[in-house]
Formats: sequence, C-alpha cells, structure tokens
Amino acid sequence: MNHAVYMDHNATSPVRAQAAVAAREALDLVGNASSVHRFGCLARRTVEEAREQVAALAGVEPEGVVFTSGGTEANHLALKGLRASRVLASAVEHPSVLKARDDIEIIPVDGEGIVDLKALDSMLAEGNGPTVVALMLANNETGTIEPVARAAEIARRHGALVHCDAVQALGKVPVDVTALGAHTVSASAHKLGGLPGVGALILAQPVDLIPQLRGGGQEQGLRAGTENVPGIAAFGVAVAAAASEFGHAAGLAKLRDRLETTVRRAAPEVRIIGAGAERLPNTSLMVIPGRKGATQVMALDLAGVAVSAGSACSSGTPRPSHVLRAMGYDDDLAEGAIRISLGWSSRMEDIDRFLDAWAEIRSGDVEGGFEVQPAA
Amino acid sequence: MAEQNRKSPVYLDYQATTPTDPRVVEAMLPFFTEKFGNPHSRSHPYGWEAEAAVETAREQIAGIIGALPKEIIFTSGATEANNLALKGVGAFYKDKKNHIITVVTEHKCILDTCRHLEQEGFDVTYLPVGENGLIDLEQLKEAVTDKTLLVSVMAVNNEIGVIQPIKEIGAVCRERKVFFHSDCAQAVGKIALDVNEMNIDLMSISGHKTYGPKGIGALYVRRKPRVRVVPMINGGGQERGMRSGTLAPPLCVGFGEACAIAKEEMGAEAERLRMLRDKAYQRIMEKLPEVYLNGDMESRIPGNLNVSFACVEGEGLMMGLKDLAISSGSACTSASLEPSYVLRALGLEDELAHSSLRLGFGRFTTEDEVDYAVERIIGEVSRLRKMSPLWEMVQEGIDIKSIEWAEH
Amino acid sequence: MSYSEKVVEHYEHPRNVGSMDKSAEDVGTGLVGAPACGDVMKLQIRVGDDGVIEDAKFKTFGCGSAIASSSLVTEWVKGKTLDEAAEIKNTEIAEELALPPVKIHCSVLAEDAIKAAVSDYKEKRGTQTKDGGTEEAAE
Repeated sequence: MNHAVYMDHNATSPVRAQAAVAAREALDLVGNASSVHRFGCLARRTVEEAREQVAALAGVEPEGVVFTSGGTEANHLALKGLRASRVLASAVEHPSVLKARDDIEIIPVDGEGIVDLKALDSMLAEGNGPTVVALMLANNETGTIEPVARAAEIARRHGALVHCDAVQALGKVPVDVTALGAHTVSASAHKLGGLPGVGALILAQPVDLIPQLRGGGQEQGLRAGTENVPGIAAFGVAVAAAASEFGHAAGLAKLRDRLETTVRRAAPEVRIIGAGAERLPNTSLMVIPGRKGATQVMALDLAGVAVSAGSACSSGTPRPSHVLRAMGYDDDLAEGAIRISLGWSSRMEDIDRFLDAWAEIRSGDVEGGFEVQPAA
Repeated sequence: MAEQNRKSPVYLDYQATTPTDPRVVEAMLPFFTEKFGNPHSRSHPYGWEAEAAVETAREQIAGIIGALPKEIIFTSGATEANNLALKGVGAFYKDKKNHIITVVTEHKCILDTCRHLEQEGFDVTYLPVGENGLIDLEQLKEAVTDKTLLVSVMAVNNEIGVIQPIKEIGAVCRERKVFFHSDCAQAVGKIALDVNEMNIDLMSISGHKTYGPKGIGALYVRRKPRVRVVPMINGGGQERGMRSGTLAPPLCVGFGEACAIAKEEMGAEAERLRMLRDKAYQRIMEKLPEVYLNGDMESRIPGNLNVSFACVEGEGLMMGLKDLAISSGSACTSASLEPSYVLRALGLEDELAHSSLRLGFGRFTTEDEVDYAVERIIGEVSRLRKMSPLWEMVQEGIDIKSIEWAEH
Repeated sequence: MSYSEKVVEHYEHPRNVGSMDKSAEDVGTGLVGAPACGDVMKLQIRVGDDGVIEDAKFKTFGCGSAIASSSLVTEWVKGKTLDEAAEIKNTEIAEELALPPVKIHCSVLAEDAIKAAVSDYKEKRGTQTKDGGTEEAAE
C-alpha cells in the first residue's frame, strides 16, 4: 500500500510482528482447547499463557480474565451480566456501552468531556436498586482520561458497581486495574497491536456475572464458545510487548505535542479538543473551524496519510459525534474534526509527513496560503 | 510442525475442531501484517481494503449454502450464532408466539439457551430421538401448535454424526408457518446444503469446524420472507445492526476461503472419507465381538464413527490410546464431567455410554493413519477386556444387569 | 489429564491380573463399584491356614487410576494377615500413586475391594466381620 503513514490507531492498531508470529504458530495447533488429548492440552496451554500475560498487564489474577470476541462483547457482558436494575453511563461512552441496554441513564460531562462527578453523586443518591456506573478510562475520539478512581469512590459510597471500558487506554499507558476501583474492565486486542476478534472482560473484584453466551461452559462458564486460540495467543504477546514499551509513552506524547504545537503555530484558529484535560499521549482531535473533517481526511488520504474524521464504528453515513455534542460543541464545529491517533508503530517521520501534507492542503485551501514552521 | 503433529498422536477428532487448512492460513496471513485496517474505517484505503476482503468472504460463505451475501451475519462462532438465533427471534416475536421445538440431542449451547428462554416464559418441546439418533417427523408435526414460533434442529450431530431429515423438517415448518433454525456447524462443507431448497430461515455456521479459523462463525438470516432478530450485542451497528463490534478481517477472510475450498472439494472428500470410515468400521467389527455402533449408519456424515466397546471403560481406553487424539463419551473425559447425554438419548445403558469412542476423520486423515489407529484400538480393547471383570462375566454367561451393584 | 508415573507404570504393566476360583474355600472375593459409575473392581485373595494372604488377583473395569489402584493393592496385601490387609487406607493408596483429587474415589474403591474380599473370606470360614459386609455390598 502506498500509505506510508498510518495515524488511526484508535480505530485499530497495526498488528505487531510478534503477535502475528504467535497467531501464525497457534494456527498450526490443531486441537480444541476443551479436548483432553495432547492437541487439546497444547491449545489449552496457549490460552492459559495468554491469560497470564493479560492478567499481568492488568495486575489481576489469571482467573480474573474472561476472553471474549472483543471490546464490544466485553462491554455487553459487563452491563448485561452484572445484576443491576439501573445503569448510569457517561455521555461520552462508546456506543457499545450506551446501547448495551435501552434504559441507560446518561451522566453529563463538562466542556473537556470529563464526567460530572457531582451529577453522578446526586444521580446515585436519587435512585435505588442495584446500580452499575459505566465510565470509560480514555475516550476513543478525544483521548481524554476520565477520573475513574474518583467516580468509583463515589459509587462505592452508594453501594454501586463500576464498569470501566479501558479499551483505548490499556496497552497505551500503564493501568493499575485494581487502583481504578472498578469491578469489571474491558480490553480489546486489536487496539494494542493484537488481532481483531479478541478482547477480554477483566474481573478486578469478585462479581456475580450472568453469562450472555450459553453453551459449552468455557471461560469458567462465563462465556461459552470454542476459544479463538490464535487470536488469544496474539493478544497475550501483544499485551506483553505493549507493557515493555510503556517508557515509550513519553515518546508518543512528544510526537503528538510536536504535531499539535506546529499546527497551532501555523493556524492559531485550530482547536484541539480536550486539550485542557489529561489525555492519552497518542490522540489529537483537531478542529479547523469552517472546514469539513471529511474533506480534510480525504485530502490527507490522497497525500498518503491515514487519519479519521471520527470514530470508525458508525457503519452508515457520517453522523456528528455524540462525544463532541455532549461536550457542548455545535454540529458544524464537530463536523470539522479530524482525529489523529498514534501508536506503537509511529515515528517522528510520520509526524513530518503529516505536517507536510497538512500544510499543502492548507495552502491550497486558504487564500494566500501559509507556511508551516516545524516546532523546534 | 503440522506434519510432526499429524504423525503422533494421530488426529482423529475432526468433530471437536478441524485443522486450519494451509490454504486458509495463506489467505489470512496478509491480514496479520500489512492489511491490518479496520473494515469500518471509511476514510482511508486501509479500511476500504479490509472491507472489500470482508465482503468477498461474505459472498464465499453465502455461496456454500445458497444464500445471499446480505443474509450472512458474522459472529464470534457457532455458539454465538445459536444464542443469537434463539434469543434474537424469541425476543422479537415473543408477544405473538412463545413455543419453541428442539431436540434432546442438540448441542449444549442450544439446550442451555432453550432452558434460559423457558425461564423467560417460553414453552420448549424437546423432541426425543430414536435409537438411530434421528427424530420422528410425525412427532414433530404433532408438536407444532398455533403458538409455535421456531423449530431448531441441527443438521449433523457432533457426537454421532447422524444427519437429520432437514429438507422434510423445513417443509413441515414452511407449511405450518414456523421459523426453522438449523445448527449446521457440523454440516457445512460436509453435506450439500441449500437454504431455499431446505426452507431454512436461520442457520448457524462455524469457522473452525470447516477447516477455517476459530473465533468466527456466522448466522444466516433469511431476508424473504424476512426474519427479524433482536441483536444481543449493540453498539456500532455493524452487520445490519444485528451484531455490533469491529469485524476481524483475518478471521472473515479465512472463514470465506475455507467455505470456497469446501464447496469445491466436498464431493471427492466425502467419497474418500466414506471409504476410510467404512474400512475402519469393518475391520473393528471383524476383529472384536460386542461392539455397538451408535447412531444411524446410512444417514450419517462420512467422517464420523461412534462405537461402544462393551465391558471396557472409555477413559481407561483413552489412556491406552494416547497416541490417538480421539474423544470418548465417558463422563471422566469430558470437561463437564457429565456422561454423554446424546448417547443416553439413544437409549444406551450408562455402561455402554462409558465405553464409547468417537473417531472423527477429515481432510488430512490418511489411510495409513486409519489403519494404525484401528489396530491400536483393537489391541487395547482386547488387552483391557482381559483385565475387565465385566468381560469375564459376559464370557461366563452372567447378565451384568442381573447383578445388584453397590452404590459408591 | 496427566497421570503420575506410577499410575502409568501400573496401567501399562498391571501386576496380578487374573481370577481365582471363586468357590474355593481359601479364596475371598470382593466385587465393588458399578458399571454405570464407570468403575468395577474385582479383588481376590488366597489365604493360608496361618491367616496370611498368599496370593492376590484383580480385574478392573475403569480408568487408569482405578486399574493402578487395584494393581497396587494386590502387591500390598500379599504377605499380610487379613487384619493387616483390612487396615490399608485409601489415603495411603492415593499418596503412593499421587492421585489427583478427582481420582481419590479410585483409591476408596480399592480399599473397599480389600475389605470386601477379606469379609467374604471370613464369612466363608464362618467368622463374620463385625460390620457384616457381604460380597456385593462392601459398605
């Protein structure tokens, strides 16, 4: 592919070489992990090794890792499986959380997309019955980090359970799952360099979970279905590789900051969404007022740079982002957003390529053009 | 590595899972590396390329069952497809009809889901099977009422390989205006299937039982007349809203390729497997007395043999056959620690259920392997029978059933 | 499922497989377990006039651990008096064979088989055991 620059890690990350090798090797394992013969045992061992790797990243016991087909299924397993008559979720949650049930109550967020903890407190004080609070660790569109531990403390005072969708954060920044105070935490393999088709629900605290897929008794009876051994093996290896790179997170922040500084210097009207809050080091959601995000994305694509206009999940026509709406942006402005998300494969050259392409687009766009001065 | 595995132990467990065909692996590999895009990314070629590959796979899967690509909903496997079919149809129509008919020998995920639906107010009829493992169509017809929403019958049983009269069941369902769901995890690529000819409204398919990858399957959902399904997993709205979640292009591509290969090679493969299976069966029957075939021999996929060896315990037998990867109906060898409910449904005594072996033959099974396995089985059964107090009694003409056995 | 080396050794080379004449005066027979449960053990002992077990034979329908447990006890009971043999505890068998928890019932069955054989012999000789065990119902 002529696209040298991939900046859409929040949609999916390129598969890490080690993960591809692990999946390739596991494809040669013939057995069903539930079979008692040698093939079955080898498949079982591969699954259990990966479970230990994922558990180690999350800081839980291996029994606390339930493999699923992805982050979406993990979110559903938590929100449908935890016995609750009420589910409260922040307005900026992923659609797989917001649509897990049709009676979800929305917790408002502020202008940076951060959940309103006072509102959470009063919502919890008002209602009764077993309640689950769903709060993501990092937002997929803006990268802003939510105060999960503080929300969990409030929830604990009201006797509510907490589910945390950590799909975008895990593997990008160190996460101490037990310190989050959440009961269940979702993870996805393909967001951290594993393969799509695998995720996990991490049980950080003992919970009573109703299985959503019934049948073969796999995953301690919590999730039936023959294990996706190659995908799970790749997940384990990708997780281990991601954990060994956490020093690199500072590097990612440096790349992202260089990109943002340069863009802002060249075009002061550009707004970086969520920049006032703590963010993942890899994500930058930029709005150029008056410009369609979709047009910018297409132009960047022609220049060989892959970014996105929003999240990748909506399968139909582009819709204004519910995240930006919740943050109080009007639809016109929201339509001007482009998301740049970096990851393990990102290099400084990628940033330069992006800046060159972006400058060219701008100069064609804006009367008189302008020069992009790379940040020092 | 694959070749080494094939030598020892000999893999004869094709109903548990099939090896991924090397041609399938070949097709998947680019999606492990350079073609890593999210098929739902609309803004760059990484996404477009992945989406195109997924759609080709959808056509290949539709092609093997005579369906339209749009009628194929990707899932994480047949277990999810079965759950989605029953719960999804149940949830949509429950106010109009609340009766489901299924069979006692269905896969656990169907039976568990039906039990769950019973708790939610559904009535479920579990049809019995004859000692050949097949249902009685008259009993099916009698079971259908005005309240019947769905009939769910598997095409091929995973333990005994028998083929249910799917076309006839489909005809009954169409006539009575009842939806017909069939779990075809064990059938796709093994026998010819056509959703229109057989009047199947929903069909569950598995990747890894068809020489494709694990972690993927599909639910066929008929569009005309339309079958409505309430999704179990909501969110991004993928798969026509029936199943949200990022699709996994390597898995879709592998699954599609597996179906394309199976469609091409099914006929010749079935003939070869039938030859191997029949040879194995004849040799065992010739050399060993008191061996019982479980399930019908005629209406059966060629790659399955399930036999009970009287007076030999299955787990003990398996221990002596460590160089064969096979499975047993014995309680001790199943992860669930339950005896095989399928064999019991045939009316088999517990003792014979304990003594059963399932041999699954498939694409990579060689005649040499089958000959070797059969001789090993004959040798080990003979050895264990010499050690068996029950075999001694049978030889002495004592009826084992006449003895009052102590509980322990 | 993994078996200990000792279980595998007994399974592959079982000691004292065979049968004795059940009706013989000096032979005690224990038949325990049930086919439906997947385990049946037959243990026979030949007892000398001095009350010492001279020979033992077994036949077992069951898993490898059941076969190994019965093979092992045929070795252990030889040379023991009836009372000494009846003292053998399932825990000793389980320990010797390193049986996993799910296989402890095999050692229990072997212990029962010894007790049943001893009690059958004593019954034949007119010396009823105190718990009055019979051939079929060792418990």
